[in-house]
Amino acid sequence: MDLAFFGVQLLNGLQYGLLLFLIASGLTLIFGIMGIINLAHGAMYMIGAYLVYDLTMRLGNFWLAIVIAIPIAIVLGLIIERLFLDTLYKRDHLYQVLLTFGLILVLNEAQRIIWGGDVHSVPVPAPFDASLQLTDNLQYSVYRLFVMGVCLALAGAIYWVIRHTRLGIIIRAGAVNRDMVEGLGINVRTLFTLIFSVGVALTAFAGMIAAPLTSIAPGMGDSILITCFVVVVIGGIGSIKGAFWGAILIGMAETFGSVLIPSLASMVIYLIMAAVLLVKPRGLFA
Amino acid sequence: MNNIFKKTAVASLIGAGVLTAGIANADEHPIKLGLLLPYSGTYTALGEAITNGLKLAIEQQDGHLGGRDVEFVELDSEANPSKAPQNMSRLVKGDNVDFVIGPVHSGVAMGMLRVAKQTGAITIIPNAGLGAATNELCMPNVFRTSFSMWQNSYPMGKVAYDQGHRKVVTITWDYAGGKEDIAGFEQAFTEAGGEIVEQILVPFPSTEFQSYLTQIASLKPDAVYTFFAGGGGVSFVRDYAASGLKESIPLLGSGFLTEGNAKALDGAGEGVQTTLHYAETIESEANRDFVEAYNNAYGELPDTYAVQGYDTGMMLAQAMYAVKGNTEDKEALIEALSRVHLNSPRGPMTFSDSHHPIQNVYLREIRDGKHNVVDLAYEQLEVPDDACQL
Repeated sequence: MDLAFFGVQLLNGLQYGLLLFLIASGLTLIFGIMGIINLAHGAMYMIGAYLVYDLTMRLGNFWLAIVIAIPIAIVLGLIIERLFLDTLYKRDHLYQVLLTFGLILVLNEAQRIIWGGDVHSVPVPAPFDASLQLTDNLQYSVYRLFVMGVCLALAGAIYWVIRHTRLGIIIRAGAVNRDMVEGLGINVRTLFTLIFSVGVALTAFAGMIAAPLTSIAPGMGDSILITCFVVVVIGGIGSIKGAFWGAILIGMAETFGSVLIPSLASMVIYLIMAAVLLVKPRGLFA
Repeated sequence: MNNIFKKTAVASLIGAGVLTAGIANADEHPIKLGLLLPYSGTYTALGEAITNGLKLAIEQQDGHLGGRDVEFVELDSEANPSKAPQNMSRLVKGDNVDFVIGPVHSGVAMGMLRVAKQTGAITIIPNAGLGAATNELCMPNVFRTSFSMWQNSYPMGKVAYDQGHRKVVTITWDYAGGKEDIAGFEQAFTEAGGEIVEQILVPFPSTEFQSYLTQIASLKPDAVYTFFAGGGGVSFVRDYAASGLKESIPLLGSGFLTEGNAKALDGAGEGVQTTLHYAETIESEANRDFVEAYNNAYGELPDTYAVQGYDTGMMLAQAMYAVKGNTEDKEALIEALSRVHLNSPRGPMTFSDSHHPIQNVYLREIRDGKHNVVDLAYEQLEVPDDACQL
């Protein structure tokens, strides 16, 4: 691998890692603060992609589709939290796991009823539907650069909210000791509703923005779920900073691992997870 | 696709019942067709297309097989291999079906065939391309109306060499189906004198291809041969086009790369050449009639999966006619099935000693979103199932 191609692979790894962060951020937020293992995370990513596909086909404009799809995702999160999760907080974690597993089945079935079994795609939207010449025979989609920018901006925004706002203090405190936060007179129920909706919206948004780069197909969220859990566990459960560096690490590992040690390609992220957990059992930034 | 919720549907009883009363006993049970196909998950579209094709064929027989009514028992395989033996047993022992039709997924086929061996249930595979089903696992009661991975990819090896390619990179998912497919290509291509520069295996079912495309760009082969299917196929072809590699390195593939996905490819597939046992543009009366009938029935154009379902129905019709609707004498029924000779939409189709279709393989190129037949890549190709000579 010469220097130019090494550079391109760095770019590939960074782009994949940033997108992984965006997908995993909602999972770690919900996991860390609410203590809920949201197995339906991947299904929500899929719903985001299908929503933006559907609206883009109807409206003919990808950006407008995103603007309309985000509130839909927030409302979906609200409904799930208020109607279902809210009744299970007092119960054992297993009930919540069962519920979110059930949600996978319901959301996958809903996807099939509404959109059917065919594979779909969303065209790369203007003005990013151009490409840059990287090497003599390889081009790079400008939209991928745009996605990197969006992921970085969102990472910065989430970091800022958590570090420098009152809400952020409550979230951090909630992740450490939920009972104490409640004891201090903070309405944890409202906080949970907010966190869950934002988490779902972030995940669905990741699906929306990734839609032009991937194929939209039934079950597309199932495979991303495991990778997200690896990212969250490596970074430290509930840590946004951890999710960010965990995602970059996994992005790089998958990119370089698949080319340099192809025989271990499917194992490389799990090996890294095992290694991290041996040294830091609670993750890098817990 | 509006009948997916019906677990059981009894085909139309009216009309033809009177005409065929002479062949079958009036109070005879209907023929039960057990469908073990994916109606959820990644392969939903394939399961539905096969079901549509099959039902169209039965409807064209006025809803009868060998003079008997037909009852469908549809069971969602979920493309889940671990549930396959249990699902198959349910159809064979619980529902007492006369024929099992399925599956789509090769892993599910392995589980089903175990039960087929124990029970002797007549099984027709309308898709799953694992070679072993009609070779190492050889069973007289098992037929396929589809293909094996080798059959579709082997002809491309010669085609690629004849097009002047000498160094080729192959890329597929790291699973049995993908590896069997590229093995067929690599066999023919190296036999002709070509060289495989690199064989890339992508963890299944990852669709993150950027690092592999960068690797291909640095290897600079004459062409790339690939097998991906469904969403992975769409992703790969779109990413390949977006990376600009298509300008300098032609993309060749198994027909499943683009099959059923013309719309989702959205122009990215133009110029991609693939080999397959069917193309919707085949110029024959049988194909024109089929495309028209399918379009009238379901409001969409058929793909290979629909043809495989349709041919399964036509095969049953021919064999059941030959045995006059008698399913008691299994040996005679199996004999009749193995003698089936179809004038299929895909071309002439007969069965080898291993119960594998002997059929044409076409070289197709996507133009204006359609698979145009460029050439006959291999005429009446028989798969050398050495371990299975029934």
